[in-house]
Amino acid sequence: MSAAANRSVTNRASGLVVPLVLIVVGEAAFRAGYLQGDVLAAPSRIFLAFIAALRDGTLLAATKDTMITTFGGLALGGLIGLALGVMLGSFARLDRLLAVPIEIARPIPSVALVPIAMVVAGFGYSMEIAIVGFAAAWPVLITTRSAIAEIEPRLIEVARVLRLGWIATIFKILLPASLPRIFVGFRLAAGIALIVSVTVEIAANPIGLGHAIMMAQQSLQPALMLAMLVWIGVVGFAMNGVLIFLQQRLFGRAALAGDPP
Amino acid sequence: MNSIPAATKPAKLPASIVEGADARTRPADIAIAFDHVDVELGGRRIIDDLTLDIAAGEFVCVVGPSGSGKTTALRLIAGLVKPSRGTVLFRGRPLEGSSRDIAVVFQDYSKALLPWRTAAQNVSLALEARNLPAKERPVLIAELLAKVGLQDHAGKYPAEMSGGMQQRLQIARCLAQKPAVLLMDEPFGALDAMTRQSLQDEILEIVRSSGASVFFVTHDLEEAIYLGDRIIGLRSNPGRIGATFQVDLPRPRDQLSTREQPEFLRLRRELFDFIKDAEHERGR
Repeated sequence: MSAAANRSVTNRASGLVVPLVLIVVGEAAFRAGYLQGDVLAAPSRIFLAFIAALRDGTLLAATKDTMITTFGGLALGGLIGLALGVMLGSFARLDRLLAVPIEIARPIPSVALVPIAMVVAGFGYSMEIAIVGFAAAWPVLITTRSAIAEIEPRLIEVARVLRLGWIATIFKILLPASLPRIFVGFRLAAGIALIVSVTVEIAANPIGLGHAIMMAQQSLQPALMLAMLVWIGVVGFAMNGVLIFLQQRLFGRAALAGDPP
Repeated sequence: MNSIPAATKPAKLPASIVEGADARTRPADIAIAFDHVDVELGGRRIIDDLTLDIAAGEFVCVVGPSGSGKTTALRLIAGLVKPSRGTVLFRGRPLEGSSRDIAVVFQDYSKALLPWRTAAQNVSLALEARNLPAKERPVLIAELLAKVGLQDHAGKYPAEMSGGMQQRLQIARCLAQKPAVLLMDEPFGALDAMTRQSLQDEILEIVRSSGASVFFVTHDLEEAIYLGDRIIGLRSNPGRIGATFQVDLPRPRDQLSTREQPEFLRLRRELFDFIKDAEHERGR
């Protein structure tokens, strides 16, 4: 057990080798004068800019804004995707009826909704949450729909024979049986939510990490700009890590016991 | 909801039932009645003009070649299939969908149990369906699990249990419905011989103490004789009743002595001949 734990620690540590080498090489290249310019900065400068932004509070404020819109949109889109997915997965007729509108709406790039969202909601959280929600709904909808549609038919018959009401059938049979797969869709949606959130901030909305990158770029602070960029990567990495941890905690058994093939 | 007092006269009956009423002089004793039932699926006739009464407390076994509509007949009582013509009556009333007083033990226990629920929670599902208050459930669940010999496995998940244990668990969940009718679709078909025999004896004991009627579909002719009060032999294409066998073997039955009785052997011969003929007819 402890040998395995040791091995997993070593495995994880080995993932840090390449970033560290890149940092050292980058730093050396700058010190030796091979690299310079307005778009790049030495790793040490990036780190100092990061500390400065952390200390004056701008980094945390921007992160808070981006997290509010990312998770707000994820919650909004996740709920809509979940509800629609359950309905479309349960009722084949409804699924056929809505197939065309859905296939037309799905390819619309979420950023293309920025002009409309701005007219309706102006700048701020709500317009960004709406756009992130639009983007995040799709993966949840798609995975939920197929997970529900492919549930073991015998389980549905068990629900019918026991005369479970339709609400009880959804919460006691359909959702638990498909939750492991739905959660995978939710993890996809989380990644997309962060991307769309930052994109909307770069394109239009004057809040969050995306806006902070734009400001750093326009005030010719490449170190700060790159610090923000790396930070977004770290935030996304952490989000995914937390979701994978949750997935294993919540569905380790269900995933093992095997939802229907 | 469906627990109509046995003495209550059916409120309204279709004309066809009233005509056929002479066949059921005492409807209170009849648990399930098929009245000239046809089933057609996708233009194919699966069951043709099935008329059959199952008395309260009666153990009816159903045998027949594949394609003879055994499972479809069971699913009619379960409310999972609707007749194309005719009526299925439960306690004298036409069945509208499923009834909580009718429980189904499916053959594929591993698919019929909820893999994310423990044994106790799987039994609880039937109690939840009955809207039994949460604090009354644990005592009942413990009783039901003990009845099928799973008292020490309440916290196990189905994937951690053997096939026999899983099927026992499914039976416990059915008993939680307090069913008046127990439908069993080849319930022991996937189990090894030893487990099958002990489950046969357990189900006989459970049925004896609960007084439920049983509709038991099986491929195993000796199992049908060992368990049943009556055996219905079906023929195929379309599914219809070919023969009925009364089983006059004393109860309680015993795996060794019952199977050695001349009556058992006589029935075994008759059933084998019937099935051979039905298979032959199907092949033509």
